[in-house]
Amino acid sequence: MAITLRDVVKRYSDRDGTQIAAVDGLTLEVPAGMCLGLLGPNGAGKSTTMRLLTAQSRADEGTIRVLGHDIPSEAKQARALMGVVPQTDNLDEELTVRQNLEVFARLYRVPRAGLREAVDRALEIAQLTGRAEARAVNLSGGMRRRLLVARGLVHSPRLVLLDEPTVGLDPQVRADLWGLIAGLRADGVTVLMSTHYIEEAERLADACALMSHGRVIANGTPAELIAEHAGDRVEEHEGPPDRLAEIEGLARRAGLPTRRTGPTVSVLRAERIPPSLGEALTNGHRVVRRAANLEDVFVVLTGETVE
Amino acid sequence: MSDTRLRRFEWAPVRGVWRRELALFGRYWTSTSFASIVEPTIYLLAFGFGFGSLVGHVAGYRYVDFVGTGVVASAALFTSVFPGMFNTYIRRTYQHSYDAVLAAPVDVHEVVAGEASWIAVKSGLFSCTPVLVALAFGLRPGPGVLVVPVFTTVTAAGFALFGIWASTVVPSINSFDYVISGVLTPLFLVAGTFFPVGGLPGWARMAAQVNPLYHCVELVRHAVFGFRPLADLGHLGALVLFAALMWALAVRGMRRRLID
Ligand SMILES: Nc1ncnc2c1ncn2[C@@H]1O[C@H](COP(=O)(O)OP(=O)(O)O)[C@@H](O)[C@H]1O
Ligand SMILES: [Mg+2]
Repeated sequence: MAITLRDVVKRYSDRDGTQIAAVDGLTLEVPAGMCLGLLGPNGAGKSTTMRLLTAQSRADEGTIRVLGHDIPSEAKQARALMGVVPQTDNLDEELTVRQNLEVFARLYRVPRAGLREAVDRALEIAQLTGRAEARAVNLSGGMRRRLLVARGLVHSPRLVLLDEPTVGLDPQVRADLWGLIAGLRADGVTVLMSTHYIEEAERLADACALMSHGRVIANGTPAELIAEHAGDRVEEHEGPPDRLAEIEGLARRAGLPTRRTGPTVSVLRAERIPPSLGEALTNGHRVVRRAANLEDVFVVLTGETVE
Repeated sequence: MSDTRLRRFEWAPVRGVWRRELALFGRYWTSTSFASIVEPTIYLLAFGFGFGSLVGHVAGYRYVDFVGTGVVASAALFTSVFPGMFNTYIRRTYQHSYDAVLAAPVDVHEVVAGEASWIAVKSGLFSCTPVLVALAFGLRPGPGVLVVPVFTTVTAAGFALFGIWASTVVPSINSFDYVISGVLTPLFLVAGTFFPVGGLPGWARMAAQVNPLYHCVELVRHAVFGFRPLADLGHLGALVLFAALMWALAVRGMRRRLID
C-alpha cells in the first residue's frame, strides 16, 4: 500500500471552543500505482486528509503510513518521496516560473547535476517552456495552476497528492490538466486526488472513495459504486410538486431509491421497474432515461449533492 | 528520489531560502544600498554637526565618532527586525509560502534558520556602512573594526528571530505598531547610540543591561577604539544568549502557527 490511514480523527476547536471533527474515523488505503479519487462536497475533510499525510496537520487518533513511513514520526522521509499540489495557490509570485521550480528542486534534493534537466522537464509538463522567465504573478490562472502541479512533480515522485487540482478553472484549462493527470496515471505514478467534481473522478480515477463528514462512506471503482448503490438506469420525471411526491411514493413502495433535483424526481434502479409500475409513474408525461452516475450514488448515500 | 536518511537539520532548505532571496536581491540591491548609505550620512550630518557643535566630546570620544559607531547598532536592529516581522508575516499569512515549503522535506526549524540566517548576514553586512561613512567624517578606527560585521551579524540574527517570533504573536499586521512603539523605540533610544547610558538614572542603566542593542553598541565602539576583553566577552555573551532565546521562541511560534 502506498498510503494507509486507519481510524484517523482530526479535531479542530472553533473560536467559541466547540470542537469539530474535520476528519472523523477515516480509514482509507491507496494501493501503489493506482489513481484514487477522494470525492466529497466542500467541508468533507479532503484537504485536512491531505495535510495529515504530509504531517502539516497532526492526527488526534489513528495511524497513518505513507510509502512505508510512519506519519508524523518519519514524515520528512515520506515527504521527500511524494509530490504535493495544494488546493490554495501558494506559488512564489515574486520569482519567475523557472526560479519557482528551481527552489523546489533544491528543497526536494534533486542532485545538482540533474537539476537543470528536472526543471526543464517540469516546464514541459506545465507547457510553460516559453514562459520560463516570466514572473509567476504575471501568469494567467490556468498557467499558475499548471505551474503549481509541475512544482509538485519536479523531483519525479512516485506518489502525488492532488487537492482539488481543477477547482475554479474554466473547461479548457480543466481539460488540459486532466490530460496531465491521465499522463501521470499512465506512467504508473500513484495518485491521490481529491475533488468535488463527479466528472473528474469518473474520468480519472481507477477507484473512488466517497467522503462525507470526515469519513469514507463507500469505495470501489466508479462502475462498482454505481451498480451497487444506484443500479443501471435512471428515469427522471418532471411535473408539479404533488405529482413528484406521488412518484416518490410509488417508487419507494416498490423499494426503489429516488432523489430530487429541483423540478424533477429521479427514480434509480429504473431497470427493476415492473411494466405496470412504469405506466403508473409515467402516466403519459415526459420521462428522461439516462445511465446512473456517481452523483446518484452520492445523493443516495448522503442526501448531499456534489457537482 | 533516493531514500537516503534525512537528518533532523539539513542545509538544503536553508540553501533554498537563500536561492530565493538572492534572486530577489538581484532586483532590489540598489535601493537597499542607497538606503544603507544615505541614512547614516544624514544621521552623521544632523547629529554629528548639529549636535556635535554643542557637545564636542562625549564619554571621551568625538561626538561624530560616538554617533558614527552607535548607529551601526541601530542599523543592525532595524534592517533585521523589520524583515523578520513583516516579510515572514506576509509570506506566512498572505502568500502561504511556508505551507508550500513544509509539504516538501523541510521542517519548521529549517525554514526559520533559512529566513533568519539570510536576514542576519544581509543586515550584518549592510549595517557596517555607517563606519564607512564615518571614515569620510574623520573616523580613525583601530584594527578591531574588521570584526564589527561579526557583532552586527549576531545582533541581527537575534533581532531577525525576535521579529519572526513577533510575527507569530500578533493577531494582525497592524499590531506591529505595538511592537514598534512599545518595544523597538525604547530599545533604540536606551542603547547608548546618541548619548551615553552612563548619564541616565539608575533604573534606566539597569534597563540598558538587558537591552541587546546596548551590548551591540558597546561592542562596536570597543572594536573600533580598542577592546576591553572582559567586558566585551560579557557583551558578546549577552548577544549570543539573546539570539539563542529568540531562536527557541521563533521556532516554537512558527510551529504553532504552521502545524495544526
Ligand atoms: N485549521 C482549521 N481550523 C478550524 N476548522 C478547520 C480547519 N481546517 C479545516 N477546518 C474545518 O474542517 C472541515 C473540513 O475541512 P476541509 O478538510 O478543508 O474540507 P474539504 O477540503 O473537503 O472542503 C470544515 O468544516 C472546515 O471548516
Ligand atoms: Mg479542500
